[in-house]
Amino acid sequence: MKGTFTLDGSEVPFHEGQTVLEAARDAGRYIPHLCAHPEFEPHGSCRVCTVKAEGRMAAACTLPAREGLAVESATDELRELRRGLVQLLFVEGNHFCPSCEKSGDCQLQAVGYALEVRSLHFPQLFPDRPLDASHPDVLLDFNRCILCELCVRASAEVDHKSVFALGGRGIDKHLIVNAESGRLADTSLSVTDTAVGVCPVGVILKKGRGFTVPLGQRTYDRAPIDAPPEKAGKP
Amino acid sequence: MKKLKVATASLAGCFGCHMSLLDIDERLFTLLEKVELDRSPLTDFKQFGPCDLGLVEGGLCNAENVEVLRELRRHCKVLVAVGACAINGGLPAQRNHLDVRECLTSVYGRTVPDDPELPLPLDRVHAINDVVKVDYFLPGCPPSAEALWHFLDDFLNGRTPHLGHGLISYD
Repeated sequence: MKGTFTLDGSEVPFHEGQTVLEAARDAGRYIPHLCAHPEFEPHGSCRVCTVKAEGRMAAACTLPAREGLAVESATDELRELRRGLVQLLFVEGNHFCPSCEKSGDCQLQAVGYALEVRSLHFPQLFPDRPLDASHPDVLLDFNRCILCELCVRASAEVDHKSVFALGGRGIDKHLIVNAESGRLADTSLSVTDTAVGVCPVGVILKKGRGFTVPLGQRTYDRAPIDAPPEKAGKP
Repeated sequence: MKKLKVATASLAGCFGCHMSLLDIDERLFTLLEKVELDRSPLTDFKQFGPCDLGLVEGGLCNAENVEVLRELRRHCKVLVAVGACAINGGLPAQRNHLDVRECLTSVYGRTVPDDPELPLPLDRVHAINDVVKVDYFLPGCPPSAEALWHFLDDFLNGRTPHLGHGLISYD
């Protein structure tokens, strides 16, 4: 089955089984998102891709495309909501971009730029989250985790290792590694695992590669994340 | 045309944002045709006068920072947080998950300076909008000369500044 729905008034084609976000992406239309990734089942947790369809808010990454559905995305209301979500992600962790080697390749930053998030608005929590530098090739900086579970999904579904998981609930939810010691070195993670490359922010970092590409020449320095697909920065 | 009065302050920052302002190069001449500097590290005046615009670099790490910020806010119509430290505490705020007493004793041992002239450190480094109303935020570490000029040009010409790709940056 094929069909079309409308996104901000213009038609977007879809085929059976596609979500609004997938169909929009295929049509070269950008809907801001963080936890969605084309190679993984939608997760629907970050809510940054929230759109309005038939008067209701829904995550575009889990909303099935349907014939004639009228979807709003680029409205002031949704932009404001997304800005709030991005600001909350920033204040919950410790995101010191000037000292982060992922800066310029970071999707949280890039989405922040696209939404023109210039301030944090909310009080910062400044959590205490020690690093895990135990692994010879991979560093974990938990300060920047946005709980997208992409590494969890990649490690379980692609690498078949289940190295990562989320533990705790609510504000105490955090990324954990699957070892009795809790140390990354004691897992079967390898630097070539899909889970290592999938992190949209600066949590999972390959050691010794930090500044191979200089600041100013990185993915989202070259083109913004919301640019037309032929130009847009790809992580 | 009457020149606009502009004050600047460097609180818990590194002067990088002020350096970036100087980095607008020859556009400084255009700027100085339109503005007159009030209290600023560039003038070394000791008191703020009534100002149209206040640019704040740095966050709040001690009592003096708070006093200067409140004084500046009282004197200016539009207050702008310039750079990461003013906006979110920046690098000085990396001490925020640590106890301030432990920080001081680990640096100074048992002889933590307590001269009454030294401003007391705050328990946490704060963004300036934790303490005063901020009218505009100009992120970056520092914001580039281009971003600063873009903002100033918009402000001086009565436009609402928007920072597009390449001008908005968190690092």
